[in-house]
Amino acid sequence: MNTTIGSEDNAAAIETAAIEGRSLWDDAIARLLRNKAAVASMIILGLLVLIAIVGPYIWPHSHETIYRERVWIAPTLEHLHIFGTDAQGRDLFARTLIGLRVSLMVGVVASMVSLAIGVFWGATAGFIGGRVDQVMMRIVDVLYSLPFIFFVIILMVVFGRNIILIFVAIGAVEWLTMARIVRGQTIAIKNMEFVEAAEAAGVSRLDTIRRHIIPNVLGPVIVYVTLTIPVVILAESFLSFLGLGVQEPLTSLGRLIAYGAQDMQIATWTLIAPAATMMLTLFCFNFIGDGVRDAIDPKDR
Amino acid sequence: MFGYIARRILIAIPTLLVIITVAFFMMRAAPGGPFDLERPMPEEVRQNILEHFGFDRPLHEQYTAYLAGLAQADLGPSLRFRDKTVSDIISEGFPVSATIGGLSILLALFVGSILGSLAALRQNKLTDFAVMGFAMGGITIPPFVSGPILALVFGLYLGLLPTGGLDPRFGMTPERLVLPVITLALPQIAIVSRLMRASMIEVLRSNYIRTARAKGLSGPAVLFRHALRAAILPLVSYIGPASAALVTGSIVIEQVFQLPGIGRQFVMAALQRDYTVVMGVVILYASLIIFLNLLADLVYAALNPRVTFE
Repeated sequence: MNTTIGSEDNAAAIETAAIEGRSLWDDAIARLLRNKAAVASMIILGLLVLIAIVGPYIWPHSHETIYRERVWIAPTLEHLHIFGTDAQGRDLFARTLIGLRVSLMVGVVASMVSLAIGVFWGATAGFIGGRVDQVMMRIVDVLYSLPFIFFVIILMVVFGRNIILIFVAIGAVEWLTMARIVRGQTIAIKNMEFVEAAEAAGVSRLDTIRRHIIPNVLGPVIVYVTLTIPVVILAESFLSFLGLGVQEPLTSLGRLIAYGAQDMQIATWTLIAPAATMMLTLFCFNFIGDGVRDAIDPKDR
Repeated sequence: MFGYIARRILIAIPTLLVIITVAFFMMRAAPGGPFDLERPMPEEVRQNILEHFGFDRPLHEQYTAYLAGLAQADLGPSLRFRDKTVSDIISEGFPVSATIGGLSILLALFVGSILGSLAALRQNKLTDFAVMGFAMGGITIPPFVSGPILALVFGLYLGLLPTGGLDPRFGMTPERLVLPVITLALPQIAIVSRLMRASMIEVLRSNYIRTARAKGLSGPAVLFRHALRAAILPLVSYIGPASAALVTGSIVIEQVFQLPGIGRQFVMAALQRDYTVVMGVVILYASLIIFLNLLADLVYAALNPRVTFE
């Protein structure tokens, strides 16, 4: 239960634990690997990540090249347009690869932003407790019920469609649940003996939070992060679908789906290719998230 | 109880004020204004327009003037549509959005609780797996994917339903509402059936259900008279978050099916810097969501005798 993980100081502790027997984390990993849906999803997702990173370098077409004479070509092996071409004669496979890359990047980076804010907020509220805790969590409660996407839309309009801003804006919206989870864990942990020991040894509050509380909150946080990634990818595609996401010639799956929805009467494949890619990605993340949750069940802790 | 309601409303007022303030200053921080046309207008005309709307005054004065207007329920004129006030625009679009949103949540609660109960009653059997698989799909597939695909299949391939747009001549006819409502409801059906399954499984294990069975009540009687009542409680508290999700969803749905609702007007207004319309919609939706959350809490307390108002 008290196995700490995450800071270098504890690396030695983990190693001895591995020699002595199965740690909590070994059990969790074993459980995760027994989950067939999760393992299959990890393999597929791994392949998707690989082709999103490497694909654009080795694919013969660039996502920017316009072939004027090849507008709206249905998927064909001729000229290697395996997903067909779009309204301007750009290769749809190359564009889907770039879109997938952007979506995955947003998913990971924005989740990290929400992780950072949520962990900081929740750990502080839970650790300090009392009035501060009440006020901080009351703010979370109030924010919880608001249509935050409206503020993101205003933000995108106000500050221009900048990819860094998309990361920050979406991350800043998705941290609330994380803060709640971390606070709950923190309150449970802060009364344990090792925290008392740290206090007795004269460790400062900030260091206690950083070195002793946060590493122990990790389990539920990992679960929630894996479940946040698909939510964030959806939020970005939502913005892109409305035309508020990344700017041309860069593209994202949401933007491609928006174009596809426009052109679906003439060229069905322009909708199906990005929509199928997006659904496959989201299914993978959701199955992995469910698998991780079942493996590190927060209820057991 | 009235004290509780009063307290909730008292909390809601500063919340709304913060939202209004943030939205107001964010919108004004934007480069470009509502009167930046493709063709620049003469400077004098521009000055006159700015003066007319009070944009020549300092920002804090505009802010207090806006708040003063709000206190009298005046959302101001639209900056883009010269002959319309914000209230006009909202009262045109809101019925469309409210109809679709309301029908969706009803559909989601109805279908979702049936599916969830079925899955709970047949736990770990084929029905359960089918429902949970469907729920996974509903949560994973966003409305902007399912919408176009449904329109493609039912509108284009099968020719059963119109693909989009509410014709102003015929208004909201049922067959034009079917696809938007279903698309908006799908993710909610998925979430509701997951919630319902979990709570039903828990309720069915409880002692009083065993007692009801032991005293010889029939299966349906146990289910409808005893289990369903208790199992439905978590759904009530989900109405608050659901309303926020529906508001977000409606923006996309209105775009996909070209419905003249409020979400579409919001995106258009934000892109055109129509400050007053953006503010009006934000205020409307924020108050609506706060109100629905309060309502959900009250209904929850009314249904659950264990809850008392502190």
